[in-house]
Amino acid sequence: MSGSKKFMYINRHAPCGTVYAVEGLEVVLIGAAFEQDVCMAFIGDGVFQLKQDQDTADTGMKNFSPAYRALGDYEVNRLYVERESLQERGLTEEDLMPLTWEDEDEDWTEKSSIHVVDRAQLSDLMEEQDIILNF
Amino acid sequence: MAFELNGKTYETDEEGYLANLSQWDTDAAVYMAKEDDCDLDENHWQVINFLREYYDEYQIAPAVRVLTKAIGKKLGKDKGNSKYLYELFPYGPAKQACKYAGLPKPTGCV
Repeated sequence: MSGSKKFMYINRHAPCGTVYAVEGLEVVLIGAAFEQDVCMAFIGDGVFQLKQDQDTADTGMKNFSPAYRALGDYEVNRLYVERESLQERGLTEEDLMPLTWEDEDEDWTEKSSIHVVDRAQLSDLMEEQDIILNF
Repeated sequence: MAFELNGKTYETDEEGYLANLSQWDTDAAVYMAKEDDCDLDENHWQVINFLREYYDEYQIAPAVRVLTKAIGKKLGKDKGNSKYLYELFPYGPAKQACKYAGLPKPTGCV
């Protein structure tokens, strides 16, 4: 793809309490609509954004977590979750919502978008990006 | 802004999108379409209903590229292409159909 840049959106905040997560997701969806090469990383409390069964009723905020499931439709299918951040919060990959995308080249086979990676691997991935945006 | 219909007031934003999704009904859709000189037929409703289901599941209004692909998957290739969708909704399929469906303007739509 000529003219497209490699974007990484890094999510560092818990889903509620601030608008970082919801605004960050919106920017990702907008960026993807312009057919850029987009991936996301979830670090620190950012890993909570992908937690299963979120219920925001008591916070007065809309539960926007179902929107992460649309990322596959937007061809955002690389979501890197830092292993150490999960461990530090007592979480495992099983606590995250299943997010998938369908590979058009392989007869719409469903594949997982979530990749749990070590801190060191994530650091290498960051090196490869043209643009990194933090939320 | 707002419009009135059958004694009910529908709040809208400055671009005519419903301010409150839960206020939506088919009369409101028909009214908003009429304002744009658009008579809704079965094919329009297919897209409008699709968008409402999509929003219900994902909590966002899809961008036009995503809408086109998803319609193609659900209703077949002859409907999942820009030409067909632009004929139905000349002001932009996602933008115009979302309005009649009572959804916010699609994410990524400028």
